[in-house]
Amino acid sequence: MPHTTIILGVIGADVHAVGNKILELTFNDAGFKVVNLGVMVSQEEFINAAVESAASAILVSSLYGHGELDCRGLREQCRESGIGEILLYVGGNLVVGKRTFSEVEQLFRELGFDRVYPPGVMPEVAINDLKKDLGL
Amino acid sequence: MKALLIDFGSTYTKVALANLDPPGLIGTAQAPTTTSTDLLDGLRAALATFSPGELDGITVKRACSSAAGGLRIVAIGLVPVLTAKAAREAALGAGARVLATYAHTLTHQELAEIEDLQPDLLLLAGGTDGGEQRTVLDNAALLAESGLSIPVVYAGNKVAAEQVEQLLRGRVPRVIVAGNVMPEVNVLQTEPARQAIRELYLQEITRARGLDRIQQEVGLAMPTPLAVLRGGELLQRTRQQDLVLVDIGGATTDVHSFSDGKPRSAGVILKGLPEPFIKRTVEGDLGMRLSAPALLYSVGADRLQALLPFQPMTDEIRSYVDRISQAKDALPGSDRESQIERALAIACLREALIRHAGRLEEAFTPSGRMWIQQGKDLTGAGLLVGIGGALVHAGDPGAILQEALAAGDCLALTPQHPELYLDRHYLMAAAGLLADHQPQAAEALLRETLAPIGRCKA
Repeated sequence: MPHTTIILGVIGADVHAVGNKILELTFNDAGFKVVNLGVMVSQEEFINAAVESAASAILVSSLYGHGELDCRGLREQCRESGIGEILLYVGGNLVVGKRTFSEVEQLFRELGFDRVYPPGVMPEVAINDLKKDLGL
Repeated sequence: MKALLIDFGSTYTKVALANLDPPGLIGTAQAPTTTSTDLLDGLRAALATFSPGELDGITVKRACSSAAGGLRIVAIGLVPVLTAKAAREAALGAGARVLATYAHTLTHQELAEIEDLQPDLLLLAGGTDGGEQRTVLDNAALLAESGLSIPVVYAGNKVAAEQVEQLLRGRVPRVIVAGNVMPEVNVLQTEPARQAIRELYLQEITRARGLDRIQQEVGLAMPTPLAVLRGGELLQRTRQQDLVLVDIGGATTDVHSFSDGKPRSAGVILKGLPEPFIKRTVEGDLGMRLSAPALLYSVGADRLQALLPFQPMTDEIRSYVDRISQAKDALPGSDRESQIERALAIACLREALIRHAGRLEEAFTPSGRMWIQQGKDLTGAGLLVGIGGALVHAGDPGAILQEALAAGDCLALTPQHPELYLDRHYLMAAAGLLADHQPQAAEALLRETLAPIGRCKA
């Protein structure tokens, strides 16, 4: 799987770093070229990195509950930046308060994400989905 | 055995004569630079101040030049804050004047601008290695069709290198392929591009600018800012301390920092493209003569007034600034004017250092307040060297530097308690010319020229 590049990062004012490292290791082991932007990543940073590296997917993590606010507008920014069709995945503790996962999933699908993951999903699930979505 | 070191400056041709064994300075001289006739005329005039015997036994001749506008580069990248910025950093680090930086695909308007600017070379970058190539290929094709006859250093996505070379070969005078200025996202690698620029300078540009005779006769080796950078590198290595050089001139103020600049405390996150260990900035609107009006505009009359020990009359600062901007060798004619001159120097240095250094920004997170750092943290720099006539001729250069560093902007990561030095004999460039092959002589010149002028109080 030559050079399939993905961008990883924890969006917004979120500093949770451990899960992000785990994702980096597992996606790396699975053969992807990983650009890990770390924590407190802005939409702009995700997109700049995706443009320069011709990435196939942006995987956004959000764990502090404010993901909806941070993720709003990302798909549109991708379009503006010439990468409108890039795969966007999001996962983590995406909302505060009680909402069913199917509500959360619908919300984020409407924001332009291709796949939405609740907490507790093993990285391998996302890896398999990514391979499927990229036809690998 | 002696070394003759020449700096063909834009105004003055400066000469330093050094003994190699034992290493030490013999003497210095200068004469106005003679760009309009033959650069060697100015050199001869400077050399005439030495006695004939003194000039015997010269085994090493090396020169640097910033005459006739220096080395002029246009940088082109993909994303403005990533590869376009990386290309710009590489060009500045090569001692060049960056005339313009472009991002994304070049437009016809931008190609026309490049033609008007008439750079000595184009630095073309874009895409990480294995990343985006479309833009860099489009730009190469556009440059090939444009009829611009300018050599190109390609320092973009390595996967596109061969095709870029093919597109440009025969259409531009020369193409050199160098390593990517940003091989991975947020990884800066300016060294290969700097070297390629140096190679092109020595092989092509000096000839194209009519400097090849200078190259042959007196060993023109590099643009002057690169010589200064080499001198600074040597000083940093010798003293094993992070270093900042600030060179305040008539038209520009250059700042060079030698430091990894990483965050110095926990709770600070570094964001953005990391800046190079050797970072150079050039502020074209901050200067003591030609750029004095621009300096006044950028800094503002209010801030200058705050630096004066008296209340200036209406337009007093403005008229002094207008007067000195017309003549490179203008001097203050009264005590009041000397004070205004001093205030201008402080404001100039302060602004240039703030712009060069990194910056902190507060970020509020559910885990509390964190800090985001962009650029280099220079707060721990151990040494600050002041260069330039405004400091050399001032009565109190140490106090000027201290005031420039004090009470600035608390979010600007400028040096906090460095030891202060003055390059009293203008030998930074000369030391840089010797640094590679005669480092002991270079170090001797640095010891000779660097006068300690105090230390910033804690």
